[in-house]
Parts: sequence; structure tokens; C-alpha cells
Amino acid sequence: MADLLNALAVAGKSALGFQAIFFALLAIGINVQFGYAGLLNFGQIAFAMLGGFGIAISVSKWGIPFWAGVLVGLAAAVVLALLLGLPTLRLRADYLAIATIATAEGLRLLFRSVSATPVTNGTRGLSGFNGDFIALAPWNTSQRYSILGTSWSGGELWVAAIGWLLVILGSLLVFLLMRSPWGRVLKSIREDEDAVRSLGKNVYVYKMQALVLGGVFGALGGMVYAVGTGSAVPDQYQNANTFLAYAALILGGAARVLGPVIGAMILLFILQFADTGLRLLISNGVIPEDLLSSTDVAQIRFILVGVGLMLLLIFRPQGIFGDRREVMLDAR
Amino acid sequence: MPADPTPHGATASGAGTSGESGYHPERAGGWTSGDAPQRLAQVALRDLPWEVGVAKPDPAVVVDGVTRTFGGLTAVSVDHLEVQRGGITGLIGPNGAGKTTLFNLLTGFDQPDTGTWSFNGQSLGKMSPHQVARLGVVRTFQLTKALSRLTVLQNMLLGAQDQRGESFFRALVPGTWCAQEKANTEKAMDLLRRFKLDAKKDDFAGTLSGGQRKLLEMARALMSDPQVVMLDEPMAGVNPALTQSLLGHVKDLREQGMTVIFVEHDMDVVRDISDWVVVMAAGRIIAEGPPESISQNQAVVDAYLGAHHDAPLTVEEEDQVLAEAERTIAREQGSDGDVLGSERGPERTDR
Ligand SMILES: Nc1ncnc2c1ncn2[C@@H]1O[C@H](COP(=O)(O)OP(=O)(O)OP(=O)(O)O)[C@@H](O)[C@H]1O
Ligand SMILES: [Mg+2]
Repeated sequence: MADLLNALAVAGKSALGFQAIFFALLAIGINVQFGYAGLLNFGQIAFAMLGGFGIAISVSKWGIPFWAGVLVGLAAAVVLALLLGLPTLRLRADYLAIATIATAEGLRLLFRSVSATPVTNGTRGLSGFNGDFIALAPWNTSQRYSILGTSWSGGELWVAAIGWLLVILGSLLVFLLMRSPWGRVLKSIREDEDAVRSLGKNVYVYKMQALVLGGVFGALGGMVYAVGTGSAVPDQYQNANTFLAYAALILGGAARVLGPVIGAMILLFILQFADTGLRLLISNGVIPEDLLSSTDVAQIRFILVGVGLMLLLIFRPQGIFGDRREVMLDAR
Repeated sequence: MPADPTPHGATASGAGTSGESGYHPERAGGWTSGDAPQRLAQVALRDLPWEVGVAKPDPAVVVDGVTRTFGGLTAVSVDHLEVQRGGITGLIGPNGAGKTTLFNLLTGFDQPDTGTWSFNGQSLGKMSPHQVARLGVVRTFQLTKALSRLTVLQNMLLGAQDQRGESFFRALVPGTWCAQEKANTEKAMDLLRRFKLDAKKDDFAGTLSGGQRKLLEMARALMSDPQVVMLDEPMAGVNPALTQSLLGHVKDLREQGMTVIFVEHDMDVVRDISDWVVVMAAGRIIAEGPPESISQNQAVVDAYLGAHHDAPLTVEEEDQVLAEAERTIAREQGSDGDVLGSERGPERTDR
């Protein structure tokens, strides 16, 4: 029983930690692009990488202040969004999907390549750039604090606090935008571009704005991740994370303001709970060692998430927050 | 009551429009009528010769040498066409005649191989669809484009022009657009009442029936206070009773000085409301004239029935044919029953 409580507590910590924030911000961005505007960005992780490395390179290599690094990361994300959008947004939706997925993979390979090593430190990556940020914490960051049965370092708490503040502000921004006429145009573009054009709206501009806004959220997510881990390593930014963010979004409910946030928390909770729970069962001998060894757990938990998602799509296709009527419309 | 921010008839001029036209929910009746522009258009068109490419007294839209080919197929090849301002112009022709393609070209949704066309003297050749729409030339689609996962009211509101809240930064400050949104909502509700959709305002457009979607699309187009409306088969799939009231709406548009171009396969409808009829076949305009001129036009009859049909039948001949057909039917029913109808009348529609 105590073990179970412990597993729940650990999973709860994970659902509140910087990784959940990372996925929440990525998913908020994808929600703007995919959920509201119908744009398929399959390379959200590239924006996150630019955000993370924006800070890392600025501080460790160029020696400029942390906050200037934040601006560099955001600017890089905006530029990437423009570069991706300019040639593809006039074309059919699949072209953006292809361009983003290729860019995400290509940028990671570029950042870890030998020729980029002078700037990115190649596969070893950069570290020691978040000092300025951690120093701002109003509490002692080297001390450990016990919250709901789990122990957090002061630094972890600080990153999580600022991260959730970002998530809240971002959600507020999305909320304000989506109840405005601007949001209405965006949702209409998702439904039928030509109808929107015939009513005098410049669809291209709206799509570009959505792509840039979503990319900026991605960059913020990458920054939280880089600051949370204290390092920026290209291989941390595998494109699988983009798809986990999509999973979070669908779990929570696309085109809902809080869908991506709750989805990310639940995703992280399930992943961590499955991890701790399975290890527990193996060490207790409930699951025989030759059926499942603790080294398999890391993979098995993703299978569990996959099964969970499938069940969700069968029984609640709209996600946790979604509107079933809305999802069922497509069947007509 | 906030002032209506949308300029009306900014570039409109001349006969047919009475200065300010458009839809004003705050006024009694809602619609401003011009000085009987409908008569003006009819009078203006009455004395024109019934020939293809004839110049109109006050053209709103002028098309010159527009061609569009798809591979080897010439979908549109229009030498010269003028559309009278403030009139209702019916565009008819067999399936595949190029009517929809012509609409696509005129509104920027498709690019022609050659040719120029203009609205109020301004060339629209290089314009994208949204620019054309902003000038006041708004079209609807043959295959209805309802925005399924938006409510009916949201669909309508999208149609309003010059919305301040549609800019990214102003969207974040509701104070800048709330008043305008409220005025637009009133206008939308008024239009929805006219089109009998007001009870559906909070339903998803995707739950509407096919005919209701047609109505919604037309109402949505009118939200933008257009000067020229191009309706691609607006009555297709709408029940006869509502068709009558829709015809009334279309005539209302003319009363306000709007120029209406519509595609329709139902000749009764065409005869009822159009001031002028343009007939297309195989991409070309083969006849133009007032509705009564069309059924007598040999080229039109050829186009609809194929060139080798019989000459028009007299009453006696018709009786003979009918009697013969009945005999045949009786014979066939004796053997295997099922006989399909005769091939005399024009194909009605493809709805
Ligand atoms: N995108 C396209 N690609 C190839 N051919 C096309 C395309 N669009 C139209 N066509 C062809 O152009 C011709 C004219 O089509 P259009 O849709 O304009 O006909 P229409 O007059 O609107 O007919 P209907 O009354 O059936 O709606 C048809 O033969 C059609 O096959
Ligand atoms: Mg057509």
C-alpha cells in the first residue's frame, strides 16, 4: 500500500515537473497549429531545439546574458517558422507536414554533426547556462523541499514554477485569441480554406501567424527543458517528442484551451506511474523476472500509453475535454 | 447603436445604385431600396440586340478573351461578355459547359490561360480570391462549403468585412472589437431570420441539411455587403416553397442595387427572375438575351438536345408521338414491363 502511494506520488511529481511543462508547451503550440488552424506541424521538436540551444549557445558560447539568449531562441523559432511556411503554406496541407518532419530530423543531425561542434559541442552538447536563471529563485535552490511525499530541489521547484506560469500565460493567450474574430478565421481555415478566401480573408497570412505562434510555444517548451535539465544535447530533441506532444494533445482534447495542458500532465503521469509500478511489481515478484525484466520497463510503458490512447480513441474520440458532437461531425 | 464601419458602394457608380445600398438592420424593414433599380436594369436591357457579346449600357463586370483549358479540353473560351450593373443575370448551359469554371476564373480561384476581366473598370486579372472578395465580388460554391465545426452564427459572422478583431494584436484587446461584433451579430441574426435559419444559430453547420447549407452559404455571402454576388446553383436541393422565398430574396438584392449572377438549371426559375440570360455550351457563350428570347434560340436548343434533334413539334405531332409512345409502352409491358421515359425534354438538372 505504501508502495502504491509512493508510486502515485512519484508519478504526481512527474506530472508537475519540467518535462510535463515541456510537453504542455509543445502541445499548446501544436494545438494552435493543428487543433485550430488545421496545420500539420510534425517537427515541433525543431522549434524546441532552437529555443533550448538559443539560450545554451548564447550564454555558453557567446557569453551574452540569459535573457538575451531567450530572445535569440524565440527569434530563431520565428525565422524557422517563416522559412517553413513561406514555400509550403500555399500548397496542400501535406507539404508542410513533410517539410517540418524533414527539418526536425535534419536540424538535429546538423547540431550534432562534427562541423557544428565549435558552436553546439556536437553530441556532448552544452551545459552550465542556466545559472543566471536559477539565481533568480526567491528561495534556496540548493536545499531540498518535501512536497506531497516527494522531494524537490529548490532549482527544480523554481523551473517548475516559472514553467507553469508560462503555461498559464500561454493558455490565457490562446483563450483570448480563440474567442476573438481572429480565432474564428483560424478555425474556419481548418474547416475550408476556399470558403474563407471567398469571404475576403487572406488565408496565407493567418496560417503563417498560426505557424509562428505555435513555433514560439515550441521554443518556450525547449527552453524550459534545457533549463530544467541544465544541458542542451542535440539527441535530447528526438522527433518522437513531437509525436508524444500530439498524443498529449489528443488525450486532452484538440481545439480546447486546456486540452494540451491536462493531456501533457496525464501523459507524464501515466508514463511515470507505469514505470514505477512495473518495477515495483517485478521487484515484489508479482511479475516473474523471466516474463518482464526491469530493463524492459522503459519500453513497455510506452506500449501501455499506446494501448491507452487506442482505448481512448475508441471510447472517447474527442479526448478528455473535447466535444463529442464536434468529432462525430466528420462521420457525415 | 455603433456606426456601421463598412463602407457601402465605395466604388459603385452610375445607374442602378442609389448612393448607399446594403443591409441595415437598424432601419425599418432592414433593406434599403434604391429608386426601383430593377426597372432601370430591365429598361436598360430591353432594347439591346439579342446577340453574343453585346455591350451593356452600364456594365459592372466585363470579360475579354478569357480561355481556360484543362489538358486538351477547353473548359472556358469567352470572347466578350458584359454583365449589367444592378441586374440579375442568369448563366445557364448543359453540364460541363464551363459555368463553374468561369466563376472560378472571375473570382480568382483559378487562373486562365489568356484574357482579362474587370469589375467597375478595375482589372481583376492578377488578384487573389480574397482581394476580389474585398472589392465586393463575392461568390458561393456549387458544392457547398459550410464550415462544419463552427456554429451557424459563427459561419455568418465570418462573412462580415473589415473586422477589427481579425487582426492578431487587436484580437487580444476585446474592447476594440466587441461593439463591432455585436452589430455584426444583429445583422447576422436578421439575415438568418430571412433565410429561416435563426432557430439553428447555435447548431454546428455540419448538422445542417444540404438545402440548409445552401441557404447558409448564400446568407453568409450577403454578410459582406457585396456589390456583385455570384451564386452557383443557389436553389439546388432547396424545397419548392423555400425556392419561392429565395427568389424573393434574390430580387431583393437587385432592389438594393446589387448585381447578381447566378447559375441555375431550372428554366422556370431562370425565366422568373433573370433580366438577362447568358447561355454557355462547351466553354463558349452561344446566346445572350432576355429570358423569353432563349427558348426560341436555335443554338440553345441544339446545345441542350444535341444538334441532330427533330424540329420543334406542333401540337398534333406531339399527340402522335405520345400516342405512339403509349403503344410502345403497352407492348413492352406485355413483354418485360419496364420502359424509361422518352428523350424529348431537355435534361433538367444534375443536382
Ligand atoms: N480542375 C479541373 N481539371 C480538369 N478538368 C476540369 C477541371 N474543372 C473543370 N473541368 C472540366 O471543365 C468542364 C467545365 O466544367 P464546369 O465545372 O465549369 O461545368 P459546369 O458548367 O459548372 O457544369 P455543371 O452544370 O455540371 O455544374 C468540364 O468538362 C470539366 O470536366
Ligand atoms: Mg457547375
